Amino acid sequence: MKRFLPLLIIAVVLVATVAATWMLLRSQKPGNSANNASPTPTNPVTDTPGADPPHIRGNPKALVTVEEFGDFQCPSCGVYYSELKKIENEFGDNLRVVFRERPLIPPHEHALLAAQAAEAAGLQGRFWEMHDKLYENQTTWSVATDLVPIFVDYAKQIGLDPDRFMKDLNGEAVAARIFQDGKRAHVFNVNTTPTFFVNGKEAKDDQWKPEGLREMIKQALREAGK
Amino acid sequence: MSAHVSSGESQNKIAWSYLIAALVSLIGLGDAIYLTVQDLTGQHLRCTIISGCSEVLGSSYAHIGPVPLAAMGAFAYFSVFSLSILAAFGYRLARPLLAALVGLMFLMTLWLLYLQAFVIHHFCQYCLLSAAVTTVLTAIVLGRGIMKRRS
Repeated sequence: MKRFLPLLIIAVVLVATVAATWMLLRSQKPGNSANNASPTPTNPVTDTPGADPPHIRGNPKALVTVEEFGDFQCPSCGVYYSELKKIENEFGDNLRVVFRERPLIPPHEHALLAAQAAEAAGLQGRFWEMHDKLYENQTTWSVATDLVPIFVDYAKQIGLDPDRFMKDLNGEAVAARIFQDGKRAHVFNVNTTPTFFVNGKEAKDDQWKPEGLREMIKQALREAGK
Repeated sequence: MSAHVSSGESQNKIAWSYLIAALVSLIGLGDAIYLTVQDLTGQHLRCTIISGCSEVLGSSYAHIGPVPLAAMGAFAYFSVFSLSILAAFGYRLARPLLAALVGLMFLMTLWLLYLQAFVIHHFCQYCLLSAAVTTVLTAIVLGRGIMKRRS
């Protein structure tokens, strides 16, 4: 019996571990837990997790949704920023753009703080203004050592309450949104930025280029019967 | 794994330090399982003592491929528990395996602490608890090794 006692102990702990994991998983399922305050789907774009509500620019009822996973310090995102604006203008009310935080740290050591700044602005209803500000001035703040005064200055320029902005910058609400977008990025296996999804379909290879993205949007419009 | 201690230590004598290591590893196992479940269910984990859980657990370092790092931690802690129990009951082969595993975990802990301190610039309390558990395990294994050499 003594010979088998350690194996018995290990087996008991293994069973207890599996049972505890199963119970925890069950208790965390939506609608099964006090942690989930809202019984509604987590996201209007799909049911996959993500910051809710997402940041949407354009016609909320547009036939085509371009969902971007972006990193404010990523140079490609900075270059694509102006291209995407052109695309938004071209397709007008037929297109809506959703932005998701995907700060890549490393190599972008300031990406997280920039994402926090954008989300803090979002809490005051000015996410897109800060989003634009960050991309338009990417080459300035990316090389700075003390970013907070720069971001506070941007906050003032777009009409935010700087005290609230400072408070929100490291707040739980901002962290939670970035975390949820990170979870979504993980589910979609997004490891580079910018990554685009057109009506849920990832823009890969040549589709990723502005012309390819335009083609995907046109195709999505055709599929929607427009 | 069936090689029992044959000399120097009685087969019946339980090595208490290994039992302590087994108990300590259960703390790490619980911590890692909690983190894994939070990850799998997509829940936002709130830091109650320090802030920074979201930044750390939402970073690209929280996964290796599709696998949450916490799940690997849970597997490692369960392995430590099993090897500690086997070592405590005199399974000789379990001891070097335990020492190697704990050493590997300690190196991983140092790497993760470095990432939190110098790359992500945020600390996660659950990760710090895991680091503390691994450090204690390392101390137990090292301490036992030193004592054995002296005797």
